[in-house]
Amino acid sequence: MAASMGVNTSRLWSQSAIMAPRAGSLSVGKGLSESHHVKKISRGKMISFLLRRLFHGALVLWVVASLTFILLRLAPGGPFERERKLPPEVIANLEAKYHLDEPPLAQYLRYLSGILRGDFGPSYKYLDRGVNEIIADTLPTSALLGLLALGFALALALPLGLLAAYFRDSWIDRLCVFISTLGISVPHFILGALLIWGVALQLGWLQAGRWDDWTSAVLPMATLGAAPAAYLAALLRSTLIETFGEDFIRTARAKGVKESAVVLRHALRHLLIPVLTVMGPLTAALLTGSFVVEYVFAIPGMGRFFITAVTDRDYPLIMGVTLVYTTLLVGANLFVDLLYGLVDPRIRTE
Amino acid sequence: MSTRLDNRNTVQHDPWLALSLGFVLMVTLSAALAPWFSPYSAGGLEEKRILETPSYAHWMGTDGLGRDLLTRVLYGARVSMTVGVGTALIALVIGTIYGLVSGFRGGAIDQLMMRLVDIFYGLPDMLIFILLSLVFGRNIGGLLIALGMVSWVRFARIARGQVLQAKEFLFVEGARAMGASRRRLVLRHILPNITGPIIVTLTFSIPSAILAESTLSFIGIGINDPYSSWGTSWGTLAQDGWRAMRTYPHILFFPAAAIFLTILAFNFLGNHLRDWLDPKGR
Repeated sequence: MAASMGVNTSRLWSQSAIMAPRAGSLSVGKGLSESHHVKKISRGKMISFLLRRLFHGALVLWVVASLTFILLRLAPGGPFERERKLPPEVIANLEAKYHLDEPPLAQYLRYLSGILRGDFGPSYKYLDRGVNEIIADTLPTSALLGLLALGFALALALPLGLLAAYFRDSWIDRLCVFISTLGISVPHFILGALLIWGVALQLGWLQAGRWDDWTSAVLPMATLGAAPAAYLAALLRSTLIETFGEDFIRTARAKGVKESAVVLRHALRHLLIPVLTVMGPLTAALLTGSFVVEYVFAIPGMGRFFITAVTDRDYPLIMGVTLVYTTLLVGANLFVDLLYGLVDPRIRTE
Repeated sequence: MSTRLDNRNTVQHDPWLALSLGFVLMVTLSAALAPWFSPYSAGGLEEKRILETPSYAHWMGTDGLGRDLLTRVLYGARVSMTVGVGTALIALVIGTIYGLVSGFRGGAIDQLMMRLVDIFYGLPDMLIFILLSLVFGRNIGGLLIALGMVSWVRFARIARGQVLQAKEFLFVEGARAMGASRRRLVLRHILPNITGPIIVTLTFSIPSAILAESTLSFIGIGINDPYSSWGTSWGTLAQDGWRAMRTYPHILFFPAAAIFLTILAFNFLGNHLRDWLDPKGR
């Protein structure tokens, strides 16, 4: 197999075939004409695949929307329960205003039709702003934080994983694995608090609790990105260890390819698929982490609003944010699946 | 080579394994024996000794109400261990049975059951925890149910995958050919073969439940019981410390260290167990 790849490396299709990990377990090394054939079939299949995935995504959204609705109605206590009790007439008026006096099924249908029209309804807490407005205001902040953290994670994980795999079983490897275990184990709120205490309060290098220029983003980015970086580093290490043992690496070395080229040109591209594979769970981890990081660093993002919405029982805001999170997640997974096909032509046929 | 790998997994040859095992034992002991271990009583306030830094009388100092922090941290181990172990066990039972049924039945039932798991698996855990804990109440019992209802998915996936693999083993096929009943097949032949991965998943589930519980308590939507004499969550203790961090960082550091070290120790144990039970995975 390695030989056939060696012969065909100039052709695009076979280059991308090399990128798959554990290439031996799947059928590779088809002829060129055959590969064109594969591509033609895949276009039609691609559309049906896309439709199926979109349908599945819509199903997930519907399930989540319904579950959230049911759970919130089942939860004891209501949105207008205060420490100082409101008069029953006031509560009745409020419930009438927000249609909470209707039977649950009518509320559910109203809620679903609102979502279909892209309207998440009014917020019970923020009387001057609807849920749509709150989300439009806060989503960009959360998205920026998430992307920064993802970039940070990748930038940190790549050298760590590469060093660990290349110097396997040496002290460098053990140090990298140790750092990665630390990163996986440290909760966001502890890392965030420690960074604020150490870097902002003790050293005075950065200020915490603001969200204006790029310096205020450094600590939140590191806090949110640390755990994904640790996961990615462990993943890259194990993938690379496997890759370094493959025949084509030995072939490349035997040919006299420079060591830097063996690593950069032959080994590194094998990381694409495993990294893509964890992108879905990684997005979920970033979303979840953003609640806490936004809380600790007082960043005006969606997660912080979600937490206060939960405490306030602001139903429409809870449901709106939950759905936005789910949509992001479903979208990320779909995007990853499409990228798979782009990176690895064999997957397009499946 | 193989002897070196084997040696790595014994306590004598790996100080980290010994340390993490020791730490987990210590936390478990203080969870079980907090009233006997702790130097002060659980609710003991000393008005004159508010916000003291660590000293011989108070190893971890005192908090804003003059309570001994070491005592509070020791009692907090109860909450963390109960939530961690309890959640993991609930998830283990639900998930394993679900996965066994799904994998063993196969066909359309399997497809349907796994589609449900996929939906759950794709959602951010914390989101569902929060929504579920609203329903089941913000106490230990409610949190156990909420966390258990989310974490079972991992067990279901592992159990099903292992069953599908085990079904292909020759001895299982042989047992079936000899007319073994379905019940006997599952209990005697398949279950013993999938315990390894399940135990590993269990070990990793405990720290992630502890993490989730302390995080929720820290951001103020976890266990809502700050004056409990049974034990206060480490997350709530850390929240107390977080408010006073600028002037009295010790109130944050000790609970935070307890959470971090416990999670770290369990993760180390999990890694070792995985390597030990599944040498192929290395």
